Amino acid sequence: MENEQEFIMQADKYLNGEMEDRERVAFERYCEENAAAEQLATHRLFLQQLKEHADRVAFKNTLSAAAARYHAGDSLAAEQREPLIVTLWNKFKVNSLVAASVAIVAVFSTLWMSGYYKTIEKTSTNYSALRRDMNDVKKNVNAQNAVIRNINNDKQRDDRSASNFGGTGFIISANGYVVTNYHVVRGADSVHLQSTKGESFKAKVIYIDPTHDLAMLRINDSTFAPLKNAPYTFKETPSELGEDVYTIGYPRDEVVYGQGYLSSRTGYAGDTTAYQISIPVNPGNSGGPVLDSKGNVVGIISGKQTGIDGASFAIKTEALLNSIAAIPVDSLESELVINKKNALGGLKRTEQVKKIQDYVYLVKVY
Amino acid sequence: MSEADAVILEGVARGDAGSLERLYRDYFPMILNMIVQNNGTEEEAKDVFQEAVIVLYDKVKQHDFELTSRLKTYIYSVCRRLWLKQLGSKDRTFRDVAAYEDIIVVEEDLAMHEEKDLQLTMMEQALDELGEPCRTIIRDFYIANLSMQEICDKFGYTNADNAKTQKYKCLQRLKKLFFTATTK
Repeated sequence: MENEQEFIMQADKYLNGEMEDRERVAFERYCEENAAAEQLATHRLFLQQLKEHADRVAFKNTLSAAAARYHAGDSLAAEQREPLIVTLWNKFKVNSLVAASVAIVAVFSTLWMSGYYKTIEKTSTNYSALRRDMNDVKKNVNAQNAVIRNINNDKQRDDRSASNFGGTGFIISANGYVVTNYHVVRGADSVHLQSTKGESFKAKVIYIDPTHDLAMLRINDSTFAPLKNAPYTFKETPSELGEDVYTIGYPRDEVVYGQGYLSSRTGYAGDTTAYQISIPVNPGNSGGPVLDSKGNVVGIISGKQTGIDGASFAIKTEALLNSIAAIPVDSLESELVINKKNALGGLKRTEQVKKIQDYVYLVKVY
Repeated sequence: MSEADAVILEGVARGDAGSLERLYRDYFPMILNMIVQNNGTEEEAKDVFQEAVIVLYDKVKQHDFELTSRLKTYIYSVCRRLWLKQLGSKDRTFRDVAAYEDIIVVEEDLAMHEEKDLQLTMMEQALDELGEPCRTIIRDFYIANLSMQEICDKFGYTNADNAKTQKYKCLQRLKKLFFTATTK
């Protein structure tokens, strides 16, 4: 062989298996004779490397393509393969929401209807508003009356309509304005006032102040004759602890006097708009005036604390006057005049009570 | 080695795109999880997995190839090893939460892979330096197995002898480039 080029060509042919048998034997012998075996081996290795490189490049391309396809389809496949639970949820979402709403409505309406919330309200407070519930007594009395009447006359019918609740109210302006507790007249169909003399007047609620538990009434009855000015005045300044106070009210159908002292400057749970007083009060006393020894109204009975003896509460006069000042003028048919002249100073207690009682009414609520 | 593994490996050896995709579908999530759990990103996971597949390819290309473990274990071990190495160079920590997978020793395979990688990189460089049209002539003749006459027509040589001479010169230059790089 002339040169290396010739040799490489032969070698390529040999390695590719393109040589005839005879040719191959000749080439092999040539390699042996000329010590070209090493050259051939090197050439073979080199070509192998070259091939491997080409293979690797091709493989890498395929791999990259496969990876790209996989990563591209990754998100797509994830979306398509929604878990069963999600499918089910989508399917029954509406149903389950409806069911949940029904359950919630059912639970709360049941609680509400069974008076659960009212019970909570009742049990979470020790405050007891002193409105007299007349039904219990009246029902019993009516039943007894009926029995008695029936003994005398079978046909006589009981047409007395029973008042549902009772409280006390008193005149703040002689032309027919009366104050009582809001809780007394709450939910009232009609309100009647009954004086100590037994006269009964129809009254109208003209203003309510639930925050302070106050209600203003106006006597709205043709039989009502305007009174002389009230003998008592209203004391705006705070009263002192230990001050001697008294009240008159209607815990029953007859006017009742109660006496005690002012025991704390604040009311239930630290309420600064009220006093604590130590007058024994009962349902029906609500709305009654609390007067000091000089005949000044210092407060209005509103309630007592259950479970504690002698802890009654009275709304301060200051709150009452504020409340009166807040009444819109439109609501007033005639001017509301607060009495400034005290006619009780220096009188004995019995005289005072005698004068006052004409101005204190039994409030009957139907 | 299970039958399914064998089918896939055979596909990998052929460079079959379907088999490669199958590899991704079956094992990539596991590797992604392992790497993301260990201070890695999704991109890094893709790179590591790709390299692991190439390691596998090198292995199946060997004549005396034999997989002693499950394919899953093999891939996991390779990726774990590769990732550990990367973490070491980046001074990040490895917790190896995925102890659920068996690990086999793959250092030998990786060393072989690296050796091969080095040689092939050198070949790549040599081919790059060789330039055109030599590179294409070499590829056409030795890889695509075109005849000298076809190459002559393709490159517009006046006769096949010219092409032969050209090819010889190219090969000699490539050898020179390659072996100087090797001995460097």
